[in-house]
Order: sequence, then structure tokens, then C-alpha cells
Amino acid sequence: MWDDILRFSLEHIVIVAISVGVAVAIALPVGVLVTRRERWRTVALGFASVMQTVPSLALFGFLLPIPFIGGIGKHTAIIALVLYALLPILRNTVTGIVGVDPAVRESAVAMGLTEFQLLTMVELPLAARTILGGIRIATVTTVGTATIGALIGAGGLGVLVLRGIEMVDPQEILAGAIPSAVLALAADGGLGWIERRLAA
Amino acid sequence: MTCRIGGQDVLRGFNLSIAEGETMVLLGRSGSGKTTILKLINGLLYPTSGAVLVDGAPTNKQDPIRLRRRIGYVIQETGLFPHFTVQRNVGLVPNLEGWPAERIDARVTELLDLLELPAEHFRARFPRELSGGQRQRVGIARALAADPRLLLFDEPFGALDPVTRAEAQRLFQRLSRQVRKTAVFVTHDVREALALGDRIALLRGGMLELVATPQDFRAAQTEEARAFLGSLD
Repeated sequence: MWDDILRFSLEHIVIVAISVGVAVAIALPVGVLVTRRERWRTVALGFASVMQTVPSLALFGFLLPIPFIGGIGKHTAIIALVLYALLPILRNTVTGIVGVDPAVRESAVAMGLTEFQLLTMVELPLAARTILGGIRIATVTTVGTATIGALIGAGGLGVLVLRGIEMVDPQEILAGAIPSAVLALAADGGLGWIERRLAA
Repeated sequence: MTCRIGGQDVLRGFNLSIAEGETMVLLGRSGSGKTTILKLINGLLYPTSGAVLVDGAPTNKQDPIRLRRRIGYVIQETGLFPHFTVQRNVGLVPNLEGWPAERIDARVTELLDLLELPAEHFRARFPRELSGGQRQRVGIARALAADPRLLLFDEPFGALDPVTRAEAQRLFQRLSRQVRKTAVFVTHDVREALALGDRIALLRGGMLELVATPQDFRAAQTEEARAFLGSLD
């Protein structure tokens, strides 16, 4: 039992880490880009919002029959989780950068910062806390949603929950659910701590 | 020179030369085009027709980044980087220009002392730990840091309380005697214009109404000049 919990917890963490990592790698640059291109902003945020409204079970179902990206296994679950995690990260990246004091941006440009320097020296540092907040929300949500991934053979703590449901064994359900909740709380606490450190 | 923004002439038939070392005050009501002139000088805007010459070359023929680093810029809201200490704020342009660290340090110390902000007290502070007047002085130090020949001031003292404002103006007068630099100073306060300008350019609706020394300005008879002088008493 304890072996199972440990093994599936690790598997769960790997799935969440990869999903959030890929989501950050996509949403952060796209978020920066759409602050430069007002018209793309609506499209990008719209896409990410629609993705979030699709029920997770349905999204897994949609992805399954698609060649190459679909099918049974971790990768299909990860694709779905990435799509879910995009919105909070994208939205907070845009909010954080757009929220930089216009006077700070104006004086930065007037003093001869290049576009790249404006981004790396001013906008990203000042938006860091907001962006991290988005990553935190995405991570916590992903920990929860990842349990459903077990339905399509992704592994993780959802395996224990599903097994418990099939065997009508509340203890087995809890063996999956409690570690999942603990992981979510730990991610929330850890990232929240970093967030507050950035504020100081 | 004409500058049109969004189909509207912000500046029309505008012609003004600013001499090396003088403080030119641009005086006018809100929307008269004062700030637009500053933006035309540092390449944030380009004229629709005509040319803006800085150091003899049209701004639209110069690399905007190089141009801006040679021009100090001070705005009312200061625009100090909130996540930078005073030291890093003041040393910003020298740092971008790749000065060695010791030279930046020495320059920051020199400037903070010049602006009556003892370096040992202030260099490690963040902008939020300063008063409005102190922030504004750090903003001026930042503009002076890389020793630009030209300085642009956009209503720098507009947000200060009257006492702090008078102090800041006295400091400005002392500075302009000490560091002879060309300065373009935007204000809508005629008192400030008379006190700080070597010459005053009066703007009205995007046109230049009058250029005069403070002495001549007091005697000026144009309508807008009289309106501004009338606000004195």
C-alpha cells in the first residue's frame, strides 16, 4: 500500500511537472508577444479560455482518437493538462506586463532601453509576482485534474482512486485522494512562499 | 515642422531653435503641444513634415536608442524603476553604456551629493522609501548620469507641494549655473517659466506664439501671454 502511494505520487508529480513546465514554456512567450500585438491578445486569451471550459473528461475523450497526439498513455493526459494550464499563466503574464506603471515604461524607453531590455530589466521583473501567481494556480489545478488522467492510462494517483471506486473500497480511494490533496497544498504553499519572497 | 497624430495637427508650422547651454521653457496650456515637442526631440515621435534637428542631424536619420541615451529625460511621475535601488536607478544609463562598476559608483556618489541626497544615506534605498521631492531629485540625477548635453523636463515639479516645489526650483537654478547644459523645460506655470527659463517659448494650440526672455515676456502684449501673466496676481 505505502509502496503504491509513493510510486503513484512520484508519477503524479512527474506528470504535473512536465505539464506545467510545457505550459509555462508556451504561455510565457505567447503572453509577452500578445502584449506587443493587441489584436492577437483576444485570440490567444480566447483560445485558452475555451480550453478551460471544456470538461476535462470530455477533453481526454476528444484527444484519444486523434492520431499521434492521442491514444492511451501519459502523453495524451499531458497534452490535455497543458491545455488547461495555459489560461492562468497566459492571463497573468499579460496582466502583469500590462500592469507595469506607464510612467516607468515611458521613462525606460525615453532613456534608451531597447525593446529587449525593457522586457528583461523592467517588465518581467515587475510582473514576476503576478506571473508566478498564475503558475501557482495552474499547478494546483493540474494536480487535481491529473487524477482523471488515470482513466486514459496516464498513471498517477488517479489509479488508486479508480481502483478504489471499482472495488468499492473507500480506503483505496483515500489512498489516492489524500496524497493528491497534500501535493496540491504543498505546491500552493511552496509557490506562494516564493511569490511572497519576490514581493519583499 | 508639423506633427500630426491621429489626423489632428498637434503642432503646426512650428519653428524653434534652442541654443547650446540655454534653458528653453515651453509654456502653454494643457494640449498646446508642449510634451509632443519633447517626444519629437528624443525620437519617441517623428514630424509629419519638416525635421527636428538634434546636434545638427534630423532625428529620423539617427538611431533612436543612441539618440535617447545622449538625452536626459525627467517626467512628473519620475518613472523611477520601483525594483531598483537609488544607486541602480541613477546608474542605469551608464550601466547600459557599459561603464566599469567603479566609474558608475563614483558618478552616482557625485550626482547624489550634487542633488543634496548624501550617497551613503540614499544609494541603497528604494524609490518607495523616498519622499516626492527626493524621488524627483533622484530622477534628475538619473537624467544627468551619463553626462548628456541635452536635458528634457516634462513638468518635473508639477506633482510637488508648493514648498518642496520652490526648493526644487531653487535646486534647478543652482544646477543650471553649475552644470551648463542645454535644457528644454515644459511647464504650464508662468511663475516657474519666468524663474527658470533663459528664454520662454509660448505655445498656443500647436503653434508658437512668442519666444522671449523672461524680461521681455513680462512686457509681452500677445493675447495668450497676457492671459498667462494675468494669472500671476
